[in-house]
Amino acid sequence: MSAVHLSIPASIRRRRIAWGEGIIKTLLALCTLVSVVTTAVIIFTLVDECLGFFDNVSPVEFFLGTRWVPLLEPSSYGVLPLLWGTLTVTFGAALIAIPIGLASAIYLSEYASMRVRSFVKPVLEVLAGIPTVVYGYFALTFITPLLRTMLPDLHVFNALSGAIVVGIMVLPTIATLSDNALRAVPDNLRQAAYALGATSYEVTTHVVLPAGLSGVMASFLLAISRAIGETMAVTLAAGATPNLSFTFQESIQTMTAYIVQVSLGDTPAGGIAYQTLFAVAAYLFVITLLLNIVSQFILNRYRETYE
Amino acid sequence: MAGFEPSAQLQRRHRKAMFFSMCCATVTWLGTVLLATLLIQVSIEGFKWLDLQFLTSFPSRFPYKAGIKSALVGTLWLISMVAFISIPIGVATALYLEEFVQKGRLSRIIEVNIANLAGVPSIVYGIIGLAIFVRGLGLERSLVSGALTMSLLILPIIVIASREAIRTVPESTRHAAFALGGTRWQTAWSHVLPEAFPGILTGIILALSRAIGETAPLIMIGALTYVAFLPEGPMDSFTALPIQIFNWVSRPQQEFHELAAGAIIVLLVVLLTMNGTAILIRHRAEKLSRNPR
Repeated sequence: MSAVHLSIPASIRRRRIAWGEGIIKTLLALCTLVSVVTTAVIIFTLVDECLGFFDNVSPVEFFLGTRWVPLLEPSSYGVLPLLWGTLTVTFGAALIAIPIGLASAIYLSEYASMRVRSFVKPVLEVLAGIPTVVYGYFALTFITPLLRTMLPDLHVFNALSGAIVVGIMVLPTIATLSDNALRAVPDNLRQAAYALGATSYEVTTHVVLPAGLSGVMASFLLAISRAIGETMAVTLAAGATPNLSFTFQESIQTMTAYIVQVSLGDTPAGGIAYQTLFAVAAYLFVITLLLNIVSQFILNRYRETYE
Repeated sequence: MAGFEPSAQLQRRHRKAMFFSMCCATVTWLGTVLLATLLIQVSIEGFKWLDLQFLTSFPSRFPYKAGIKSALVGTLWLISMVAFISIPIGVATALYLEEFVQKGRLSRIIEVNIANLAGVPSIVYGIIGLAIFVRGLGLERSLVSGALTMSLLILPIIVIASREAIRTVPESTRHAAFALGGTRWQTAWSHVLPEAFPGILTGIILALSRAIGETAPLIMIGALTYVAFLPEGPMDSFTALPIQIFNWVSRPQQEFHELAAGAIIVLLVVLLTMNGTAILIRHRAEKLSRNPR
């Protein structure tokens, strides 16, 4: 190529490209920085406000106190009733979602035909995409009335209905992720087991499940962490009464529902009620973060790889 | 075959397997029926309220006059702003991590960081939005505050989906572009990005539909529940569909529950259309990748 066609010498052109390349790379790096900064901001804000909160309330009272009355005098800031509410709902949800989700995953990956799969999988994805406030409506107008015909002394707002609806909500997560994990198990393992005369039940429970266990466990943990962080459905279904008794029939309050309750009212910034929001949110953040880290650890550490 | 009589034990094992497969199938179909119940139940209650007046009226104390005009417009505003903020940043992050950074300790840390951000409960994002955008930056309870909060919430989802899509682009495409003298950016922009586009688009649509349905962060940053005007600019206060639904569901009167069902139908139609589009795009992309041109 002759230099006549290019008004600018090639060396300068190349330098310009390198320049532009550098600018673009910096811009992209800045975008990436947004995610890192977000994490820093979340942690800094929560820690900052929590320090303010713990100036007023002793950590012992917060973590071990059994009465949560932050907005009325005499106030008391024991978070245990809220934590208990969250755990009650999560436990109930797990009790529903884990067996059903795992059974669906096994059906989809081991038994269902291609046609059934291509129908059920998208349905599960749509279920997973339905907003939680819709599940809240479902709990309040369908599940609770249905339960009350069976259990007449059930309150309008109750933990049972909340647990059921959260269970339905996280079910697709477990089913889809476990199905992916089970389908990743190579077929020759199944064929080897069948060749030894195993029945489909034995192949599933003795070969496929152990091989895909890390993915299945990770899906359980992810679902539990979602159930803990779930807000709207439990606020609508389970009510707003901090409650430390072992009950599924009465109204309870979860950590998330408390945060919603306070922010629906007009709480002035800087007051202790405002600070409780951050203390509860920080606790919630730490719990879900730990669960997510454990699930990633299980996925990485215990994954069986087959070539 | 007269000589072969399966032993009692073998028969038991096969019965067990049969029973097990039946259980799994029943449970799966039960779940599907449950979804159908939810949809049908909502439809029955909400359909009679669905008319033009419902879509074009402001909320009201009187159920017969109430509508979702301000909520619908607010959601449109919100989602456009969220798309405008989160898509460029999300895709840029994915491109940077996949195409520009050496795989090493740093990229691993950022990766774990983003995965963890995706697991943070939405209400925590709401609290951060309240502390930083509404109070700290003084943006008040405006559309901007809501859009920024929501963008932070869906950013990790967009990044993760985009990275996965970019990763499926075969290495040979990059080698070919580099061999012709393309720079990293030229390769990424004109070769990797177009090929990864269907996957990225699917991720974006799913992330945006998540943002449309999220309620908790908006309640936190104080989206109003009763808005009888339309927002005219990004600094105006607003309401959104999920907020309106929450407001109506939490009232005791039956009529308002039915109004909520009507609004839910509108919300679900929007979401199902978006989800359907995403599934369609992915389906076509899968077909293309199985039979390359």
